[in-house]
Amino acid sequence: MEYSIIILALPFFMFILLALAGMKMSHKTAGLLGTAGLLIVTILSYMVTYQYFTMPRVEGYRLALQPWNFEWLQFTDKLRIDLGIMLDPISVMMLVVISTVSLMVHIYSLGYMHGEKGFQRYYAFLSLFTFSMLGLVVATNIFQMYIFWELVGVSSYLLIGFYYTKPAAVSASKKAFIVTRFADLGFLLGILLLSYYTETFSFKDLISGGQCMSLISSGATFMGASVTTWALALIFMGGAGKSAMFPLHIWLPDAMEGPTPVSSLIHAATMVVAGVFLVARLFPIYMFDMAVMELITWVGAITALYAAIVACVQSDIKRVLAFSTISQIAFMMVALGVCTSTDPHNGGLGYMASMFHLFTHAMFKALLFLGAGAVIHAVHSNEMSQMGGLRKYLPITHITFLIACLAIAGIPPFSGFFSKDEILTAAFAKSTFWGVWMTGVAALTAFYMFRLYYGIFWGKEAKHEHAPKESPAVMTIPLIILAAITCVAGFIPFGEFVSSNSTAYHIHLDPTVATTSVVVAVIAIALATWLFAKPGTKPERMQSALPSLHKWAYNRFYIDNIYQFVTHKIIFGCISKPIAWFDRHIIDGTMNLLATVTNAVSYSIRGLQSGNLQTYVWVFIMGAMAIATLILILI
Amino acid sequence: MEIPFIYYLVISAVMFFAGVYGFIARKNMLAILISLELMLNAVDINFVVFNRYLYPHALEGFFFTLFAIGVAAAETAIAIAIIINIYRNIKNIQADKLNEMKN
Repeated sequence: MEYSIIILALPFFMFILLALAGMKMSHKTAGLLGTAGLLIVTILSYMVTYQYFTMPRVEGYRLALQPWNFEWLQFTDKLRIDLGIMLDPISVMMLVVISTVSLMVHIYSLGYMHGEKGFQRYYAFLSLFTFSMLGLVVATNIFQMYIFWELVGVSSYLLIGFYYTKPAAVSASKKAFIVTRFADLGFLLGILLLSYYTETFSFKDLISGGQCMSLISSGATFMGASVTTWALALIFMGGAGKSAMFPLHIWLPDAMEGPTPVSSLIHAATMVVAGVFLVARLFPIYMFDMAVMELITWVGAITALYAAIVACVQSDIKRVLAFSTISQIAFMMVALGVCTSTDPHNGGLGYMASMFHLFTHAMFKALLFLGAGAVIHAVHSNEMSQMGGLRKYLPITHITFLIACLAIAGIPPFSGFFSKDEILTAAFAKSTFWGVWMTGVAALTAFYMFRLYYGIFWGKEAKHEHAPKESPAVMTIPLIILAAITCVAGFIPFGEFVSSNSTAYHIHLDPTVATTSVVVAVIAIALATWLFAKPGTKPERMQSALPSLHKWAYNRFYIDNIYQFVTHKIIFGCISKPIAWFDRHIIDGTMNLLATVTNAVSYSIRGLQSGNLQTYVWVFIMGAMAIATLILILI
Repeated sequence: MEIPFIYYLVISAVMFFAGVYGFIARKNMLAILISLELMLNAVDINFVVFNRYLYPHALEGFFFTLFAIGVAAAETAIAIAIIINIYRNIKNIQADKLNEMKN
C-alpha cells in the first residue's frame, strides 16, 4: 500500500499551490482545485481502507502495517526520529472519517463561503489542516504525532482567526492556540518522560509491551506517583487540551468564531477527537496504569455532565453545538477510561465503543454543524431568538438536522444509538455508578438537542426582512450525504474492524441498557417538546423557578471568569508585572546608566581637543615643566 | 677677565622663555615664527657656551649650532611660504582664526 503516501502528499501540495498561487486564481478555480484534490484523497483513503480490512487476519489479529518509514533525524544510536505511515485499524478508520468529513466541508464551503474575501486562503488552510490531521493519525511514532499535533493546532488557529478583522475572532484564535499549546507542554513532557525510560518513540515498540515494561520496572517515582503515571497523565493532559476536556475546554466554545464549515471539520469531527485518538493509540500502555484510567474516566464524566448542563441554556446555536461536542467527546473518553483489559470480550469493550462513537459522532456532528451553517446562512444570525419556525423555509436542512438530532439523542435506528449504547454498556460493565451517570448525561443530550431543534425549526417565528431561502444544492448535497451515512452507519459491524486488541468482536445490544437509554431519551425529548415546541412562557417559568442554576449554567459556571482572574490578576498582576518592572528598571537601567556616564564623560573632556595649536603648546610646556620639576625634586 | 659661565646661561634662559611666552601669547603667525626663532637661538647659545667652557678642545657644539642656524633658515623660508599662502586664501594670519578644518 505504498500509494498511501499520496494521501498525505496531495493535500500538502494543494496547500502549497493554493497558498502561493491562490491569489492569482479566481475563487471558483481555487475552490474546485482544493475540492478535486480532496476527492482524490478520499478515494485513495477508501481504497486503503478496503485493502486493509480485506487482508486476512493473522491468528485472529489485525497487523499494523508500515508501508513507509524513513529515518528523518538521527541523533545517537538510540535517539532517532522517523517519519512514516502506519496503518492499523484505528488509523485507517480515522482516514475514512477525516477524508469524508473534509470532502463534505470542501464541497459545502463552495456555497457557504461564496464571495468571501480570502476564499483562496480559506481553501489553502483547509488543505493544510487536512494534511496535518491525516499525518497525525498515520504517525508511526509519537514524535511525528507531536509534530502534526502542533500543525493541526496551527491550522485551527489560522481558521478560527479567518475573519481577522473581527476582534472576537482574533481573541478566540489566540485563546485556542494558547490553551491547547499550554496543554501540549504536558504532552511534550509526557513524551520525553515516556521515551526516556522506554528508549523509543515508535508506537510499534511502545505498544508491543516489551519496551513499556522497562518504564514500569524502572520503579522511578516523583512526588509519590510512579513515573508511568506521570508520563501517561501528562500525555493525557495534551489530549485533554486538544479534546477540550474540563478544565481545558474553554477554548472550544470561543472557537465558534471561525467560519461554520471550519467548526464542523475541525471543532466537531476531526481535530477535537485527536485527544481520544491519542489515548486510544497508547491504549495498551494506559492499561498498565489503572490510576490514570480512573483519572480519564473522572475527567470525562465531569466534562460530559458539565458541558451537557451548559448546553441546555446557551442561546447561540453554534455554542450549543460546541458544548454538545465537548460532552460527546467526553463520552468517548469515559468509554476509554472504563476499560479494564485489552480483551474486548472481557472488560475492553469501551475501546471499541469509543472508536465507534468517534466515527458516528464525526458524521452526525459534522452534519449538525453544516445544518447550523445553512440556518445561519439563511437568517444571518447565530442567536436562537432570530430563528424559529424555519421548517417551512428550509425543508432539506430541517429533515437532515432532525436526523442528526435523533442520532445524537440515541434513538434507533440512527447511528448514535448503537455507538452510545456500546458506551453505556461498557460503563455499566465497569460499575453501575458510571452507567447511571452516563445515562443521565445521555438524557440531557437528548433534551438540549431537541431544545435546539425546536428553537430553530419550530416555535415562534422571528421577523425576517425577507423570507429565508433554502441553501443552494452545493450546500444541501453534503447534508444529504452525511444524513444518509448517519442513517446507516449504526449497522456497520464496527467490532469486526476495530477493537481493543484487533480481534473480531461481534456487537450485540444489551437489551436492558438499550431499552433504558431509549426510554430515557424519549422522555427527555418529550419534555423538550412540551417545553419548546409551541411558543409559550413555559421555558421562562422554568427559568425563573431555578434562577441561580440558570444563571450559573448560562455563564458556563464562571470557568472563563476564573481563568480570566487567574491569568490577569494573579499571573499578569503578581508575576509578570514585577518581572516587567525589574526588566525595565534594573536590567535596562544598568545599561542606560553605563551609556549616560560614558556620554557625560565624553562631553566634558571633548573641550581638550580644541584644535587650537597654542593651547596644545601651553599644555605641552606645562607638562614638560611639571615633569622636570618632579625629576628635580626626586633627585 | 673672562665673563662668567652663568651669565650666558641667564641670557639664554631669558631668551628661551621670552620665546615660549611669545609663542603662546601672540596670535599673529609671524610673531609666533619670530618667537620660535628666539627659542632656537637660545638653544644655539647654550650649545656654544657649553662647548667653550666644558670641552674647549672639541668643536661639535659649534658645528651643531651652524647646522641649527641653517635648518632654522630653511624652516623659516617654508614657514613664511605657508603663511603667505594662508593669507592669500583667507586674508588672515591670526592663529586662532585658522579653524577652517574644524567641525
